[in-house]
Amino acid sequence: MSYDATTLWGIVVAVGLITLAHRLSFVLLFGRIDDVPPRVERTLELVPAAVLAALVVPAVVALAPSGAVVAAPPKVIAAAVAAGVAWRTENVLATIAVGMGVLWLVGALV
Amino acid sequence: MSVRSDAAEGARAIGPFMLGVVPFGLITGISAIDAGFGAVQTVAMSVVIFAGASQLALIELVGDSAPVAVVVVTAAVVNLRYLMYSASIAPYFRDFSPPWKWLSAYALTDQSYAVAVTEFRDDDPGIGRRRWYYLGAALSLWAVWVVSTAVGVVVGGSVPPGLSLEFAVPLTFLALLVPSLKDQLSGLVGVVAGGVAVPAAALPLDLGLVAAALTGLTVGVLVDTFTDWPADERSGEMEGDA
Repeated sequence: MSYDATTLWGIVVAVGLITLAHRLSFVLLFGRIDDVPPRVERTLELVPAAVLAALVVPAVVALAPSGAVVAAPPKVIAAAVAAGVAWRTENVLATIAVGMGVLWLVGALV
Repeated sequence: MSVRSDAAEGARAIGPFMLGVVPFGLITGISAIDAGFGAVQTVAMSVVIFAGASQLALIELVGDSAPVAVVVVTAAVVNLRYLMYSASIAPYFRDFSPPWKWLSAYALTDQSYAVAVTEFRDDDPGIGRRRWYYLGAALSLWAVWVVSTAVGVVVGGSVPPGLSLEFAVPLTFLALLVPSLKDQLSGLVGVVAGGVAVPAAALPLDLGLVAAALTGLTVGVLVDTFTDWPADERSGEMEGDA
């Protein structure tokens, strides 16, 4: 492992403090400024879509150094089916369960 | 209503979300150990950070030996959404004393936010109920999160590698992503960020996620500013049926 325990603790504490600052931000500011500027609010509403998409897509498809798209069929199929389940049910557990089930099934067949 | 019944009601309201939190916590525990975190450290991370998506992103980057600054900045970007929750829930916490504000903010999560705002917006309850209902919901989620991380730490070593359990991580993010795409502008932002993330994965220093997320956000803000796309009417219902 490239990081020693002290570095890992440092990362945990730093991210913990930043996250707490995010959570506290407007809770503490409110009363001093009475309303969140609509501009800021609209931008923040877009954050989950941006961050989560950037986390999900590269886990399913990758780009080879040649520029070719690399995608393992079991992962692509599992992700597509899981996305359908997420859309219909908005249930995290069902999404994970169906996605893993399809991954194993297609992996066994291919 | 009494403190106890308010807290119990909050805990009950957040109950259905636990089904999603438990596997999320297990995966966090398992993958943190894999990436080289200690057992105590992994559980402490779930207490100190208490934000699953950022913890998983951080664990993955640590596993890749990304530079420390990139690990921290990426986790901070993933958690930018807490600014949004903080802004949205602040009016309901405004008459809390400072210690209550700090505790309530610390316990703020996707789930406790959703449960509390749905309840408070409809009923406009008094300060006592707001405190205890919220805390009952938020702290029971906290307990389940920390315990399921600890269970993940314990069972981690005995999970057979052939199961590709690491794929449960993107599936968890996918389960959160899909409901967030339900208006046009968010959909565009997701497509841009996801599309950019694939080539951006080749960026040095593991900066791909930050670059892709910020590109998606920038496009979203520009489109929002210079076009007439309909405002994202949050169709009223929160994702309370998860």
